[in-house]
Amino acid sequence: MSDIVVTGLGATTPLGGDVASTWAALLEGRSGVVPLDDEWAAQMLVRIVARLAVEPTDHLDRVQARRLDRCQQMALLAAREAWADAGSPDVDPERLAVVVGTGVGGARTMLGQDDVLEERGPGRVSPLTVPMLMPNGPAATVGLELHARAGVHTPVSACASGSEGISLALDLLRAGRADVVVAGGAEACIHPLPMAGFARMRAMSTRNDDPERASRPWDKGRDGFVLGEGAGLLVLERAESAKARGAHIYAILAGAGVTNDSFDMVLPQPEGKLAASAIRLALRDAGIDAAEIGHVNAHATSTPTGDIAEAGAILTALGDGAAVAGTKSMTGHMLGAAGAVESIFTILALRDQIVPGTQNLDDLDDDPRVHALDIVRGASRKTTLRAAVNDAFGFGGHNVALVFTAA
Amino acid sequence: MATTEEIQSGLAEILEEVAGVLPADATPEKSFTEDLDVDSLSMVEIATAVEDKFGVAIPDDELANIRTVGDAISFIEKNQS
Repeated sequence: MSDIVVTGLGATTPLGGDVASTWAALLEGRSGVVPLDDEWAAQMLVRIVARLAVEPTDHLDRVQARRLDRCQQMALLAAREAWADAGSPDVDPERLAVVVGTGVGGARTMLGQDDVLEERGPGRVSPLTVPMLMPNGPAATVGLELHARAGVHTPVSACASGSEGISLALDLLRAGRADVVVAGGAEACIHPLPMAGFARMRAMSTRNDDPERASRPWDKGRDGFVLGEGAGLLVLERAESAKARGAHIYAILAGAGVTNDSFDMVLPQPEGKLAASAIRLALRDAGIDAAEIGHVNAHATSTPTGDIAEAGAILTALGDGAAVAGTKSMTGHMLGAAGAVESIFTILALRDQIVPGTQNLDDLDDDPRVHALDIVRGASRKTTLRAAVNDAFGFGGHNVALVFTAA
Repeated sequence: MATTEEIQSGLAEILEEVAGVLPADATPEKSFTEDLDVDSLSMVEIATAVEDKFGVAIPDDELANIRTVGDAISFIEKNQS
């Protein structure tokens, strides 16, 4: 079976408007978390967010931008970057597929238009409401931009959506249903309703007076995630065609593992059993041993229960040999985009032979599983890496593990 | 009551805002769909903006008959209160 390779990357995140600036900020340990200064924020329990570093509308045609929800704008910018980065492959549109996952799609549009409905009546609701709110909107936006006609797909699996998108792309390429796939995730739901909902679940950090220190995976003082927004997309294709056209190959997408806890709607299975299974399945799919995995970009959202369950899963599936990073300490939690952006981090870690440092980890959790892991803290670590794993989990019990190997 | 010139310039502003049509291109003989590349969703947005700006009501069956910028100007002239 042919290798599936990564030939293009694109992203817009709380750390930067593109992949290069995001990666540079990440390696420097910079935080993208800021105070929420919107008018509506005063009444919120949580008043910190990880907003995009660069406003998408600054880089889009005004008329095009007003027809797109913010998550669609982000996906479009990430797609343009990834496509150009891949050298704009000359592919038959009927052999080009798109997979863009999202947690909630155009929630801001839906909620904004509900305000219009309540205040001004149905006759004033925008005719663009439906195309802007539908969850497949980001995927369709990218499909239109690139004229992708082999299928345009939208996995929706909460915070695992971006990774599930990449795993679906792997399947499409292996099954021969496309020659090139643009895959990843996009999310933009910084809005009072999702924020109030997450806050009412006690899922979010309330460290409002210290935004940059709020996201602290595995730290004793962690008190929940910080809501972020962003988009990340990869260009994936078979190794032969990439080599034939002389494309730069970042890494190999060697395998994927997908399982579901089916344990609780929102709580992880405490030992991370099925998360460990996802990692094992990804290893088997990639045909490599656990000992070969030098790095894990962990899901590590900074919630009390999730970080421990994942530590257990990593330990069970891989042992204690991999250098583990919790990059949400800097980016916040981009929900449906997280797995895609963190896959980009995993790929760049392999390219640059460096593991980003986890920030704000001052006081390691007492759990022995956390202590057993080699968590990279503070500064980034230069090392030798051949293979790495990206974990992503989502409400609903979704577990997705992806294995990347060096090109 | 807005004058024809005021209606034309007001409509041009709306066309620029909603569909990116340059004001110089918004001349009476132009067809919204064929010359100005305005799609059906944008036509609905333009109609709503026209209703707000000129205090007219544009029923859906009337909107279907408005094909050119000139059609819109005459509709507003006839129906403004």
